[in-house]
Amino acid sequence: MTMQILLNLLIAMVWMLLHDVWNTLTFTIGFILGFFIIYSFRRFFPTPFYGRKLWAILKLIYLFGIDLMMSSIVVIGQVIRPRLNIQPGIFKMETKLKTEWELAMLVNLLTLTPGSVVMEIAPEEGILYVHAMDVKRNKPSVIKTKNKLEDVIIEVMR
Amino acid sequence: MSAKEIIEAVVLVMVIIGTLMNSLSSLGFIRLPDVYNRSHAATKSITLGILFILLGTFIHFLFVDNYFSVRLLLGIVFVFLTAPVTGHLIVRSAYRFGVKLSDTSIKDELAEDLERAKKKEARTEGT
Repeated sequence: MTMQILLNLLIAMVWMLLHDVWNTLTFTIGFILGFFIIYSFRRFFPTPFYGRKLWAILKLIYLFGIDLMMSSIVVIGQVIRPRLNIQPGIFKMETKLKTEWELAMLVNLLTLTPGSVVMEIAPEEGILYVHAMDVKRNKPSVIKTKNKLEDVIIEVMR
Repeated sequence: MSAKEIIEAVVLVMVIIGTLMNSLSSLGFIRLPDVYNRSHAATKSITLGILFILLGTFIHFLFVDNYFSVRLLLGIVFVFLTAPVTGHLIVRSAYRFGVKLSDTSIKDELAEDLERAKKKEARTEGT
């Protein structure tokens, strides 16, 4: 994958050399051209095409953004209620991610989505301990978010 | 209405949303009962508010002043990288330090598991 990105950068450089114009626009055009060239030659690379990973990353950002919005509104709604009506608590959930990088990404993203802070991780058992602001109402949505993010993270990292 | 005015209106709305979110989460910071709940207010809505404010500023500089400010985008990236780490660390160390959950809490599965692990350790040491 790194090989393909380097090759793409090289193609962009060569494009700039051929035009003898050294600005960002020419570089971008060269990079897009290189992207399509590598796409059409993807059969001959030993590793899968890197555009697929790029797509997975975009999907992760998109999913995460939507979750962030939705749950932010929920949390702000809980905060501005005249009487606090929350039942905080700690619950545990399982994860199928194993390596450190994947776990770190999942925990960071989960901590950023409102309504849940990851408190403790047991990597060997694959268990996350999550503090939720309102256990009963938030638990299903947190688990749903986790499942969604897990699938996309696997797509990105493997 | 020219394009510039529309963009200025969009920037205005984004910055106002961001400021509102930040002030509301500060309100939550005061009202919520314990450390763990306060960390919710501190790490989440505030990051979203900062995202809105910085994106609004970015759009303003891009379209009104024709200046592509990478530093603002980098600011967003770093806030999003560091906020969850600090939140996680503060909450974790508070728990390890023995700060109690608020009385309204209904569930604590971490304490049960820690207890069980401790008992298991004691048993293996005993034999």
